[in-house]
Amino acid sequence: MFAEVTDAALDEQAYNTRLKAKATNAGAIVTFTGLVRDYNNEGGIDGISLEHYPGMTEAAMMKLLEQAKMQFDLRSAGIVHRYGFVGNHEPIVWVGCAASHRKAAFEAAEFVMDMLKKSVPLWKKEHQDGDATWVAAKASDEEAAMKWLNQK
Amino acid sequence: MINIKTFAQVREITGEDSLALPLPDGCNTVSQLKSILAARSANWQQVLADGVLCAVNQELGDDDSQIKDNDEVAFFPPVTGG
Repeated sequence: MFAEVTDAALDEQAYNTRLKAKATNAGAIVTFTGLVRDYNNEGGIDGISLEHYPGMTEAAMMKLLEQAKMQFDLRSAGIVHRYGFVGNHEPIVWVGCAASHRKAAFEAAEFVMDMLKKSVPLWKKEHQDGDATWVAAKASDEEAAMKWLNQK
Repeated sequence: MINIKTFAQVREITGEDSLALPLPDGCNTVSQLKSILAARSANWQQVLADGVLCAVNQELGDDDSQIKDNDEVAFFPPVTGG
């Protein structure tokens, strides 16, 4: 499994290859790529920047993968997240989950993304007309994470 | 000493991204540390009143989390990654 942060452009193909190499005997790989939208509720934006907590961010992502591995019986999994400035339409996060069967891989990818948004120390700022504004945490993200926690 | 780190709005509002404070006798929870920080400035008081999250030695914690000498305690707003 791998959990990394980077300030360079994400290379989804490379992560996919890496995951496949680690996931011996997997029957399914589901990958998710999150992209920067070029708008928010108020209008167009010019990209975002991300702040992280070096050390804790990676550790929290790895912990999440270990949880997902146990819960969905994954063969392997990975997360790579950007920090620093990320332009519109660029990938911001990549998640890959490998399992014996597709259902577990799909569910695990959704679980990892829902929990990442709630529990991994990363903070977004949106750039707009030379200004930058911190993004507020969304109630819908909180609910998505709670749905998994309440299932246990 | 206790090593304090801040991130995002908490860092910007307090203007302190890291600080080391001597741990006073009898201060052994996050909640007690918060009272000490709140006395530093109105800005600290504001961020601590504002649903701030904390981590002790890079593990998410809460007001009741125990702290001891040389621990790293971080304060930050709700996370917004992904």
